[in-house]
Formats: sequence, structure tokens, C-alpha cells
Amino acid sequence: MSIAILKPGLLTTIQDAGRFGYQHLGINPSGAMDIRCMQVANALVLNKLDEAVIEFFFPAPIIQFNQSTFIALSGADFSAEINGIPIPINHPVFVPTNSVLQFSSKKTKQIGYLSVQGGFELSEWLNSNSTNLKVGAGGYEGRAFIAGDIVGLNIQSIKSISNSICSVLPWKASVEHFYANHALRLIPGNEFNLLNDESKQLFFSSSFKILPQSDRMGYRLSGPYLQLSNPVEMISSAVTRGTIQLLPTGQCIVLMADHQTTGGYPRIAHIISADFSNLAQKGTTDQLYFSETTMELSQKLLHDQEQHLQQLKNACILQLDAYHRH
Amino acid sequence: MDAHTYHIYPLGDQALTIQFGDTINEATNKKIMQLFRQLQINPIKGVKDIIPAYASLTICYNCTMAYKANSTAGNFEWMKEQIISHLQSIKEIASNNRFIHIPVCYDFSLAPDLQEISLILGISVEELIEIHCATTYSVFMIGFLPGFPYMASVDERIRINRKATPRTIVPKGSVGIAGEQTGIYPLDSPGGWQLIGQTPLNIFDVSKEIPCLLQPGDTIQFNSISLKEFEQIKNEIN
Repeated sequence: MSIAILKPGLLTTIQDAGRFGYQHLGINPSGAMDIRCMQVANALVLNKLDEAVIEFFFPAPIIQFNQSTFIALSGADFSAEINGIPIPINHPVFVPTNSVLQFSSKKTKQIGYLSVQGGFELSEWLNSNSTNLKVGAGGYEGRAFIAGDIVGLNIQSIKSISNSICSVLPWKASVEHFYANHALRLIPGNEFNLLNDESKQLFFSSSFKILPQSDRMGYRLSGPYLQLSNPVEMISSAVTRGTIQLLPTGQCIVLMADHQTTGGYPRIAHIISADFSNLAQKGTTDQLYFSETTMELSQKLLHDQEQHLQQLKNACILQLDAYHRH
Repeated sequence: MDAHTYHIYPLGDQALTIQFGDTINEATNKKIMQLFRQLQINPIKGVKDIIPAYASLTICYNCTMAYKANSTAGNFEWMKEQIISHLQSIKEIASNNRFIHIPVCYDFSLAPDLQEISLILGISVEELIEIHCATTYSVFMIGFLPGFPYMASVDERIRINRKATPRTIVPKGSVGIAGEQTGIYPLDSPGGWQLIGQTPLNIFDVSKEIPCLLQPGDTIQFNSISLKEFEQIKNEIN
């Protein structure tokens, strides 16, 4: 059994936690832009946290379920409806056969995630189900969804918990602490000290905005014009998700999930991993500020987030168990 | 290895880079390749990726995996110590000994910049091709695109800067030069290198277990083929 893509939306792809172990061959990790919400969506339907999910932007896809299943939505709130009935995000939802999921308006955040219990029937490319759009591999046929695509599900129809109506289960994952409205924290990059003194100050005192020409490869920022003390010609070396590069135009780009593996622009700073999700969900009207943090704190924050996810997963198992007994 | 010959810095909170220099040269690259192989053979716990570059090696690691083991020392410090101990015990590991011949057709129809470069450099097209084919190149690193080999060093007589305005589409298989570097575009993509030929080989093939023809540390040499041979090889492959 399966789901069918009735309308593809702007950019709807299969993503998981990313493809690692091949960056020395120039094969970038890809993966969900907002790993935390991907994991929340999985925890809610009792999947392993890094199971592949559907990632979507607005306009969002319209999806038909050809079988009953449990799903969860997390990340952006695009006013989801199933068969015309509004459905909240961050809850497990029982979906009966032949339901249609659609989204009516963009409310909060930029990127949505849909998990289904048991995951999608896919064949991995290089140990991951993330879609690598550049080479056309991984995910669903290596590409974004188009109308008419059918994706198999790993679990056959489940016993209906309540005949044939869509039902939202009454427990909710809290995610807001991943998106606290504070400055994005960063570790200075190896080339930070090449900035002139004024630019160093401006970098931390100014606000930045994400430009519309941003994508899964990188978020282009508009902000103060930053300058190096002396021009520098660098030879290429590795970059990573969260790396902030200074382009020759004096503007910055933050590398995101589909980033190249190497680059030759000065690396001013690196957003800490615990703030990746927060950054990923920022839109073009948000004001971004940066603040420096320590390696110790960034490590602790990341550890706390992962603990939180594990606890959420355990809580979901208990809740569903209690629900079934009830 | 002498501690003064390298510098280790964090690349964010889940990666570190060991920098051995800031130029493209064989001796530096040899050190990088040795450390790269040593770490592939004796993996450090929590390491997800090892990325060689011209003068550096980057280690990407899972910071929370190491966190549990080392909550007192920071992760970066712990990983740095691991690397330093590897560097101190670095062994002379033989090169991977892969020598790969790459056929290239330098016909003008596949080499849009060849004629212009020959005029700028004041060297005949035939001589330029001969020089490009006479050199053996090392694959210093792979980056920019999946499977794109950064190779050096191009003979001084045929060095030329990249194009002022990059092309929006460079056909896959195109062979380019930029300064002392030469490379091959594995996929159709935008690109700014000067295009002097095209190989009929698939540099990147999704259907293969290892999808990239070339790997860091390989040695390669180009050999000139005719347009007819180019078409033949291309037909055989596809």
C-alpha cells in the first residue's frame, strides 16, 4: 500500500539525517534542513528518530493516503487539513484509507515534515535515503516529487483505532525551545581574524536578513558590507553545514544541508549544531543576530537536544501504549 | 611529525581541520594522504567523514557520541589529541598506487576555450595538448561537485587564470585548467575553468558502488584521442 502525490508543492523531497562517509568524494551529506523536527515527527509515530520523512516548503504538496496509517507533521505550520478537517502539527494523527492531506496557508516557519509510521518503502543510495538533487540519487528516484508519484509504505494498513475517521491523538511534542528567539550562536571561523576591526564589530552588532535567492545549499544573507584587512587568495578546503563564508561581494552565505564539501572563501564563523534548526526555519522577514559561544556550551546544548528527543520518543511509546489499553 | 608543521583548528562544533600549509605542493599532499589513509585504516570513534584538501585534512565527527565518553575534556580537545597521537605515529603508508589513464578529445567542438588560450599564451594548439598530456597529475582532492577531481600541477607554460565570467553550463566530461590546476566536470554544471577538451569516460556514475572514477591520492595522465575515438568510447559506455 502507498501514498500518492496529487500535487507536488514547491520542493518536496525525501530526507533523513544525511549521507555521511562520502564527503572525500565530493558527495555532500544532504539530509533534512531541520533535523530536530524531522526527529520529532518520527518520535510521534514511534519510528527510529532518523527514519526518512517527506520534507516540504510552501506551497506544500497534496497527498492522498491509499491506506490507513499513523502520521505526524512537524516543523512549519502550513494549516494542514485532512479531508477538510484542520489538523494540528506535533501530534500523532490516525489517517483512514483514502484521506487527502493538504495545506491551506503559511502560518509559522518555512519547512514542514511528514512522517508515516514504519517509514517509506525506498532503496538507499550510499547508506542513506536523503535525496541528492545534484546527482539525482537517493530518496524517491533522486528527485523532488511530481504529481502522480506513488510511494510505498513499509507497514501495511493498521487496525483502525476508531472506525474510519481521522483522529488526532491527544499528546503533543513541544518544539518551541529549538526556536528560541535569541541570537544565533557561533564559533569563530579560522579566517575570522582576517576581517578588519570594523567588520569584526559589525558582524556581531548588526542584523542580517535571509535573501530570497536562498535554497537548500545555502542561505544568502544581506547585512553590513564586511571587509578583510588584506585581500586573500585561499586554496580550497573543507566546509561544513553552518559555515558562514564571506563572498567577494562583502556579503555572507551560511551553508545548509546541500552545501558543497569544499570551498575557497574565507570562513568567518560556524553556526553551532544546536542552532541549525532555528536557522533553517528563519524566513526572509526575520532579523538574524549572531553571538559568539564556546565549544563546551555548544556541545552541551547539542547533547541536551538529543536527550530531549530520546525522552520524547520514550514518552510517545508510553502514551500510545496507554491509549491502546484505554 | 613535527608539531610546528601543522595547525589544528575547529571547523564548527562537529569538525576540525588540520592545516599543513597554504600552497599546492606534492610534499604537503603526501603528508595529508598518509594521515587520510591511516585514519581510514584505524578509524577514531565518532568520525563520520574525512575530507582531504590541497593543504589540509578535515575530520567531521559526531560530537554527542564523543561527549558521553569525555564529558570532562571537551570534544574538540579530545579529538585533537587523537589526531596528534596519529600524527606522531604516522607511518610511511604506500600510496594507493592507482595510475589511471584518461582519454581526452581536444577537438575544438569539445574544447571551447582551446583556440583562445593558445593565442593568449602564444603557443600552438598542438603543443598545448602535448604539454597537457605529458604531465602526470595527482588528485589532491575531490570537491565542488561529486567526483570533481582537483589535480595539479599543470606545466607553467600552459597556466592560465579561470574565466572572468563563469559559464552557466559546462557539459559533463569537460576537462578544464585554472592556474596550476586541471580538473574534469563530472556532471553538467556551471563552471569557470578554461575548457580545453572532453573525456568520454563517466567521471561520476550513480549506478556504481563507488560512483566516482577518481579518488584522492590517484595519479592520472591524459591521452589525446580523435573525435571518432571519442564517439566510439562514448557509445561503448552508454
